[in-house]
Formats: sequence, C-alpha cells, structure tokens
Amino acid sequence: MLTLDHITLRLGAFAIQSDRITIDQGICGVLGPSGAGKSTLLSLIAGFTRPDGGKILWNNKDITVLPPDKRPVGMVFQDNNLFPHLSVYRNLALALTHSTLLSQEQNRLIDKTLERVGLSGLHKRKPGELSGGQQSRAALARVLLQNRPIMALDEPFAALGPALKNEMLDLVADLATERGTLVLMVTHDPNDSLRIAPKTILVAENKIHLPVDTASLLENPPKALGQYLGARSYGQTPK
Amino acid sequence: MAHRVVAMKAVPIIAGGFVVCLVLFPLITVWMWAETGASLGAADWSAIRFTIWQAFLSALLSCVAAIPVARALARQRFIGRSAIIVLLSAPFILPVIVAVMGILAVFGQNGLINSVLSVIGVAPVSIYGLSGILIAHVFFNMPLVTRMILQGWLAIPAERLRLADSLGLKGWARFRVLEWPMMQQILPSAFGVVFVICLSSFAVALTLGGGPRATTLELGIYQAFRFDFDLGKAAVLALLQFGLVGVAALFTVWISSKDPFAQGLDRPIVHVTTGRFIRGIDTCVIVVAIAFLGIPMLTIFVKGLLGIISLPFSIWQAAGRSILIAAGSTLLCLGFALALARRWGEVLGSAGIAVSPLVLGAGLFLMIRPFANPFDWALIVTMILNAMLSLPFVLRILRPQAESIRTDYHRLAATMGLGPWAWVRWIYVPRLRRPIGFAAGLTAALSMGDLGVIVLFGTSDHATLPLKLYQLMGAYRMDQAAAAATVLLGLSLLSFWIFDYWGRRGAHA
Repeated sequence: MLTLDHITLRLGAFAIQSDRITIDQGICGVLGPSGAGKSTLLSLIAGFTRPDGGKILWNNKDITVLPPDKRPVGMVFQDNNLFPHLSVYRNLALALTHSTLLSQEQNRLIDKTLERVGLSGLHKRKPGELSGGQQSRAALARVLLQNRPIMALDEPFAALGPALKNEMLDLVADLATERGTLVLMVTHDPNDSLRIAPKTILVAENKIHLPVDTASLLENPPKALGQYLGARSYGQTPK
Repeated sequence: MAHRVVAMKAVPIIAGGFVVCLVLFPLITVWMWAETGASLGAADWSAIRFTIWQAFLSALLSCVAAIPVARALARQRFIGRSAIIVLLSAPFILPVIVAVMGILAVFGQNGLINSVLSVIGVAPVSIYGLSGILIAHVFFNMPLVTRMILQGWLAIPAERLRLADSLGLKGWARFRVLEWPMMQQILPSAFGVVFVICLSSFAVALTLGGGPRATTLELGIYQAFRFDFDLGKAAVLALLQFGLVGVAALFTVWISSKDPFAQGLDRPIVHVTTGRFIRGIDTCVIVVAIAFLGIPMLTIFVKGLLGIISLPFSIWQAAGRSILIAAGSTLLCLGFALALARRWGEVLGSAGIAVSPLVLGAGLFLMIRPFANPFDWALIVTMILNAMLSLPFVLRILRPQAESIRTDYHRLAATMGLGPWAWVRWIYVPRLRRPIGFAAGLTAALSMGDLGVIVLFGTSDHATLPLKLYQLMGAYRMDQAAAAATVLLGLSLLSFWIFDYWGRRGAHA
C-alpha cells in the first residue's frame, strides 16, 4: 500500500499538492492534461524529486527521503531505459550486480526473465538492434529483475503502434497479477487506462486526486479532464 | 546510500581543487619572489614590445594566408581533398622542434631556398629573428585558421546556400551575402586564438629567435632563470606574461565561440561550379599550401630516416623518458578531465591556459627548492605541467558528450543504484570512448613533443627527446638531429594514432 500524505511541491510557477491518498496493489492509471504534473508524481514516488511538504509511505514506512535505488520502485521511462552501448544481457546484469561475472543463479534468473518477456536468445543484441517492441520488453525485463514491489511506468509505450502497445499493456497486466505488483502508469491515452487499469488517478489543476474507478471517471469526466479528452466518449470498456 | 551521492560529488570538487592549487600556488610563489625582485630594464621593455608585435604579425599573416586556402578547399572538389583537410590538423600534434628543423631545412642557412638562390647568384637570406619566428608561427597556425574558416562555411545553413543559388548570386554579390558575414564571425576569434598562442610562444623563439632584437617574454623568463639565475626578474617577467596572456585570452574567449576540433569538416561544403580561371587559382593556392606545410616535414623525414640506426644509446634513453612522460601526463590529464567535464570544470581547467607553462614551471621550481633539488624533479614536473597544458583542449572535447550522458542516463543509473565506480566503469567511460581516445591521442602527442618546462629544468641526465634534439641542434650535429627528429615525429604521430584508433575501434553509434 502506497500512501501520499498531504504532499506539496512548488517548482517555479508549477505547483502540485494532494490530500491523503492511498493506492493499493494492482494497476492504477495516471491521467491528466499535459504539464499538470503526471510525470512529477512518478518522480516524487521514484525519488528523483523531493516534496516540499508531506510524506510518502510504503506499507506505513516513511520513504520520503530515500534515494531512488533504495525505494521499492522500479521505473520505466519514456526513453533511455537501456544503456545503448551495452548488450541486453549486460543491461539486465547491471540490475543484479555491478561486477563483471555473474553467478550461475543470476544467469539463470536473467534467462528466465528474458523468456518471460518473450526475448529468449537475444542476450547479445545491443538495444539498437532490437525493434521498438523488443526494447520495451527488455526495459520491462530490467524492472522485473530489479524486483521492486512498485512498478512506475512513465508513458513507456507512447512510441509504439496501437497493436504493439496493446500487446505490451497486456504483458504489464499479466506481470502485475503474477507478482502482485503495484503498477502506476502515466498515459496520455485514456484507452490505456481503460484496457488494464481498474483505477485511475486524475492529476489536474495543481492537484493529485484520489484514485477512482476508471470507467466511471471517463464516462463522467470533471471539467479539466473533459477539456483535455475532448468530445469523444469513453463509455464502453473494450476488455 | 548517502555516501555514494557524496562520493559522486566529491571527486570533481577534489579534482577541481587540485587543478586550482596547481595554478595558484606557483603563481603566488612567483608573485612573492617578484616583490623582492628587480625592476625592468630596456631589454625587458623591448621583449614586451617584440612579444606583442610578433604575435600580432603571426596572427595577421596566418589569417591572411588561410583565407584563400579555406576558400579553395571549400569550393573545389578533387581527389585527396579530405586527406588534405585531415593533414591540416596535423601541425597541432607536431613537435615544435621537429617543425622548426624542417623549416630550417627549407628556409635556413643551408636550406633548399638558399641553395636555389646561390645558384642564381643571390646572397643567402637569414631566417633567424623575426622572419623565422613568423614562418614557424604561420606554419603552425595557418592550418588551424583554415579549419576554423572551413567550419564557418559548414555552419552556413543549407537553406541560405540554396537561396543564394536560386537568386543566381555570383562573384561579389555572393561574397557579400555568404562569405563576408561568416568571415566577420570567424576571423576575429581566429585572430585572437592565434594571437594568444603566439604570445606564449617559447620553443619557436628559443630556436629561431633570441638576441636583443628577437626575444619574447617567455624566452626572457627562461634566460633570467637559466643564465642569470635572477629569480626576481624571472618572476616579474612571469607576472607580465601572465597579465598579457590573461587579458588576450579573456578577450578571445569573449569574442569567440567556434570549436577548432569540430569533426566532419571533410564533407562537401559549397556546391558551386567555378570557371577555369578560378579553378586554376585555387589549384595554385592549394599546391603552395601543401608545399609550405609538406616539404619541411618531408625533408626532415628523408634526411633522418637513414641516420636512425646509428643513433647513440642516449637518444633512445631520452625517447624512453619521453614515452613515460607522455603516458603519465595522458593518464593524469584524462583523470582530471573525466572528473571536470562539466561547465564549471571547464572554466577551472581552462584557467591554466592563461598561465604560461614557463611561469608555472618557474613557480614549481621555487616551491620545490626549499625541500629538494628541483632538477631531480624535472620529469615529474614536466609530466604534471604537460597534463595541465592539454586539459583545456581535452575538456573542450569531452564536455559536450559527458554532459549529455549525464542528462540522458542519470535517472536510469539512479533507479538501478549504480554507484560511482559502476557508473564510471560501465557507462561513463564506455560511452565516452571515442572522444577519450581522440583527446588522449592529442595529449600524448603534445606531451611527447613538448619543449617547454623541460628546458628550464632539464639536465643531460634526464633529458627528454625534444630537449636532446635541441642540444644536438645547438651542437650543430645536424645529421643526428635529423635522425632524432624523425624518431620524435614518429613517436608523436604513433602515440596519437594508437589512442585515437583505440577510441574509434570500440566506438558505437
């Protein structure tokens, strides 16, 4: 259970705050107009930004001042998820150890994870030699190996075509169920939320709102979200 | 883990502090000596005047000579054009003493030109003094200015070139619309860079100048130090030199923004079809430029190649010392540069450029003297100072990419918990490999050929190869000198090539 307790943050003209919010295990979408602070919310949780006031708690333990690598958060960014000069194998190995040689057990773990995301046998490839979808899979494999209870996704599949994106979303959903991970997914496409996230947090008008049921949020969007979404209707869930 | 973050931040600060101390302490020491020091005599004032005058003329001539060469290279297509452009960057890593020998072989007392003159019955011309210094400075700096102007051509937006073509601009109109605005940007900074370089000219003045009419401040510092052992006077001259170069360097930084190390200068620049007449002129210009740069080097190489086998052992020992110094200063310089490859680091690291190596050398000499015999420390001091001298160039080369690596990957590295060592080993150095190789090559070659501080400190017991070469020239043993020059030339080019090749080979897109 992740808790944001009366967070406040001001960066120049930008400001954001929240009441006490708790997010439970499962997938939670993060929606809102651009520049409202969706990515800032993830930065706060992942530890790249510190709030001016308030606390961030994981299972009631204060993690507000922990550095990113000591937090229970594995993050997938919009880009630069893999070091381009290192092979897939070395990229994944760095999530486990910083030394050159890996134990047999670590190697087995990498093999298993690659297999799980559908990249078996691609150890030696450099990220540049993978397709866009494969790169996303490798990034997910990296986060899986980091083995953190929270997965923070910052529009990770924005560059993929619709079919490939849905495939990746379903993979995320499966992985989250398998492992009991809490997934926070920033997206600019409400359909992403509808597809895999039962709950969604709205970030708009300087405020991080409470997570609510995704379908009903989109059916009946508040003014700020409605303007962002435009005149389309998101009544029916495709799944 | 808090200590990781601290370590990441502490390394650049420690490196920065070290660099500042290395510049500041010698300067302060020199300052303290200067206060008890002598006043300036007529000879010193004439040295100041000569320093400024020769730097001004060198900069002017280099720019004037570079303009037609750059224009010819920019508008003509021919086989070997990119090879020539690569050659234009060679003088930067050429040992000064070798180039001077080459110039002497062509323009000197018994050189090619004078032999031709004597055949047609004209009295030989002497190269020693202002004319020789100017020839050498143009030899080194004309290619640099040419590269800067070529870069200016490259920076002209393609749209503007197409616009000029579609308007049918030719000749004078084309010059006014395209070339002149670019020149207005490039030439002042090119002039400034060459002016600053020539202000600190030491090795050229040492070998081709001297005497009351052709002594630069740097040479004056050396003479006060080495011949008169007048430390007070050396200190006063050192401060003057520092002030002069400092003001000129600040001024140059202020007016300039162009990077003489830019890559990719060999791609086609201006697509124009020129008439036969223009093409003829351009061909002449290029041939003359190649002859001016190439013949001196070729002469030395041919003269020296045969003599290499019969070189005495002491020369090879000196070569060994030079290799060690080059390796050490390359390592040191890169260590500093990797830590300081950020904005404030480049400012700090470039501070050393205003302080001439002789000033720093003199300061270190005075600092060491109370504790040990400075002459025993000659090699170490040379190694450290050579590293400091290359630092501004190396930072200039490394910083852009180092910063983009940090902005692109610091968040990924942070989530993965990469500590400073893992970051340097797996990310920072591998991704910087290509610029590191290039920068290391420059540093090694510069250090290998350096004839600066070592002249201040060096004795025969621990002479480097360039110093040995200077001593051979002084003893008029020109055959051995030519052979040693060939060895030095080979070592400099080889060391550059090895590092640069290492960088290229492992480079990834």
